[in-house]
Amino acid sequence: MSVSAAPRRGTLRVPLGLLVPAVLGLAFLALPLAGLLLRAPWSTLPQRLAQPGVLTALRLSLQTATIATALCLLLGVPLAWLLARVEFPGRRVVRALVTVPLVLPPVVGGVALLLVFGRRGIVGRWLAGTFGITLPFSTAGVVLAEAFVAMPFLVIAVEGALRGADTRYEEAAATLGARRWTTFTHVTLPLVAPGITAGAVLCWARALGEFGATITFAGNFPGRTQTMPLAVYLALETDMKAAIVLSLILLTVSVAVLAALRDRWITSP
Amino acid sequence: MTERPALLDAHLIVDLGGFRLDARLRIAAGEVVALLGPNGSGKTTALRALAGLRPLTSGYLRLGGREMDRPDRPLWTPTEHRSIGVVFQEYLLFPHLTALDNVAFGPRRHGVPRREAREQAARWLDRVGLSGYARRKPRYLSGGQAQRVALARALAVAPELLLLDEPLAALDAGTRLDTRGELLHHLTDHPGATLLVTHDPLDALVLADRLVIIEHGRVVQEGDAATVTAQPRTDYVARLVGLNLYRGKATGHGVEVDGVTLTTADPLTGDAFVAFRPSAVALHRQRPDGSPRNTWPAVIAGIQRHGDNLRIQLTGPIPVAADVTQAAAAHLQLAPGQHVWAAVKAAETHAYPAAP
Amino acid sequence: MTARWTRTAVVALALTALSGCGGGAKANGPAPSHGVTGTVTVFAAASLTESFTRIGKDFQAANPGTKVTFNFAGSSALATQINQGAPADVFASAAPANMKTVTDAGNGDGTPVVFASNQLVIAVPKGNPQGIAGLADLTRPGVKVAVCAVQVPCGAAAKKALAVAGVKLTPATEEQDVKAALAKVKLGEVDAALVYRTDVTAAPSDVDGVQFPESAQAVNDYPIEVLKNAPNKAGAQAFVAYVRSGEGRAVLTAAGFRCP
Repeated sequence: MSVSAAPRRGTLRVPLGLLVPAVLGLAFLALPLAGLLLRAPWSTLPQRLAQPGVLTALRLSLQTATIATALCLLLGVPLAWLLARVEFPGRRVVRALVTVPLVLPPVVGGVALLLVFGRRGIVGRWLAGTFGITLPFSTAGVVLAEAFVAMPFLVIAVEGALRGADTRYEEAAATLGARRWTTFTHVTLPLVAPGITAGAVLCWARALGEFGATITFAGNFPGRTQTMPLAVYLALETDMKAAIVLSLILLTVSVAVLAALRDRWITSP
Repeated sequence: MTERPALLDAHLIVDLGGFRLDARLRIAAGEVVALLGPNGSGKTTALRALAGLRPLTSGYLRLGGREMDRPDRPLWTPTEHRSIGVVFQEYLLFPHLTALDNVAFGPRRHGVPRREAREQAARWLDRVGLSGYARRKPRYLSGGQAQRVALARALAVAPELLLLDEPLAALDAGTRLDTRGELLHHLTDHPGATLLVTHDPLDALVLADRLVIIEHGRVVQEGDAATVTAQPRTDYVARLVGLNLYRGKATGHGVEVDGVTLTTADPLTGDAFVAFRPSAVALHRQRPDGSPRNTWPAVIAGIQRHGDNLRIQLTGPIPVAADVTQAAAAHLQLAPGQHVWAAVKAAETHAYPAAP
Repeated sequence: MTARWTRTAVVALALTALSGCGGGAKANGPAPSHGVTGTVTVFAAASLTESFTRIGKDFQAANPGTKVTFNFAGSSALATQINQGAPADVFASAAPANMKTVTDAGNGDGTPVVFASNQLVIAVPKGNPQGIAGLADLTRPGVKVAVCAVQVPCGAAAKKALAVAGVKLTPATEEQDVKAALAKVKLGEVDAALVYRTDVTAAPSDVDGVQFPESAQAVNDYPIEVLKNAPNKAGAQAFVAYVRSGEGRAVLTAAGFRCP
């Protein structure tokens, strides 16, 4: 056996200039998680998990994040299509507007939502007057706040996928008699499905962790609008260990869901 | 060429800024026409205009007696409402659908119920010899198989006009031979009009009833294979069919081309073409004795392999291609830059009027 | 009738504010200056932002050569920062519990003293359109109320006051801090919020305050303390003394605090 460390055939040798920053980057992302794990009160974990508020908040978080993602898909995919495929005046401005929730501090986003959908808001007043619907302090309000903050992630991912997709397939569909809408549903959507999935995952993750806009627009009421991030924040006021436990639950559940999705959906069939 | 009623009747005029397509096309039911031309000649533009993927600037497009595109009316039938089938150069099979579902896609869009559409698709796959591949996704098909699925998909909607865009270009030589034979069989069976867009003369000659040759957006020659190959009217066509072609002034038995008078077998006067095969050109180290006519000095510009022979490109008063055997080339010690004498027997030349 | 009641209550509130601990200013006299210099870093509860900024300016004027820098945040966040080694000289907390966290960790120097207290009032939109007169009115159907979450001091106080009053209130929301609760009134999303008197005093043009007797049972004490690892201990002590002096008390009183 040779003593010299000859590289094995077929293995990719990673340049040091990439490896070092990559490892540092990973450490930067993973160390805070390690910090949480180290400080977690493992001995009292079962009791803390069994507390009634925890499961309620978790269920609400998962429900609202999922509905918000569905809402983002419903509105965001057509919006992305419009941005990617249709030339219209002011498209650059619209594209910039789509990213506003990314830049806006979420709390400000929440206030902005109140100004529109709140009791005195333009839309909110009409909703209340016509249908008797009030969104603030309701679970629907949580969904709205999460969708507002998370939608850009979906739109940007799907728009990128649409721009990368080969439009000649759509032409092929047209020559076979498919109308625009059928082409969109039967050809375009399946072609960009990986991009949509990636966007939806980002969107869901962002919605799950949403705090600022939610607490501002939907308030905080256990069982109705108190999602996990809100519960974590308030737990932090009195009991850091409880906050850590809640964070770990949120992390574990989201990582488990994303890993399951990756196996089933994200990898190609 | 017998005049049958045209299923497709079109005058395609498309302005693309610096390029203008202006071509008349008539194709009868059951007829296969090859649109042959070099790259950038407007073949693809013509196909896209016929398919409704690009609107006409002016002119008209009638298919089955109905106006598809008529800018001066204006009338416009979008792609999805035209009775067409297209086999794209890269086939463009939907990657997320199986071979069967790709073929069933068209019938489904034309209102055929799912079950029946799949049965039709299965029959089509059977006809192109792929019944065992129905459940395969396109990425698991070979190039030849994908081509046949694409053909089945286009034919499954029973189009009045079948459009094929370089249908064999993406295949390797061996597969191309087999697939060309297959394609001929299916095109012969197709009751509608067929337009085959290609830059490969062999595809055109084998598959088409009639050739339409297009250069710089204009039709330069049109006719059946025999006429076009015998009497090319442009350098491009001549090169396609492997002939030396010259245009000059005919005076009885001679045609004067750029200072060289070529003696021909056909008596003619006025503007005329002279054509002869490269194999009809003989090369000599010295000026040959005895056969004084059709001899001129030339310089070897290039030597290429051409089948079993060598093709010699010559410059001189007129550019000419000559085919010689390897033995002859060795004997004459031919090399680029060398001065030689070229000779053509009058009996090997063919002269015909330039005025159409 | 309710409207008049409110007006009376508002006037009463204003009067109490005037007659708070400001009167003791002369008696205590200004804090003696022992040639204190350097930067004094003060970690103070968010509810002290306006009054401590004012006091800091006055302190700098009274002690040339000093500079006061503030870190205003939620008391619990400040306590966490101090216990994690943040370089602070003084900690002024909005609740004894957060101060206890710091002293229990051994980061205090001496004993904390209460320098001010805050009391709950019901914040209502200007003019009190719903005619809220007391805690019991908050349970009327159609009245939306914001309170603080029990985890934060104003929420704990609200819970206590409601218990004393025997009022069972289902709020629309339990806000993360008192400013958020007040903001919901300002935005018109709720009809009332249980907030501190000081918060209402700070927003005279937007909201009115309605006093209620049970608030006396849920007073929130503000302790202050010099920290053990204070980089500028002399400056810290001088600042604490200044806060408790007549000048400091006058500023706090004007903001709506009560001083012991």
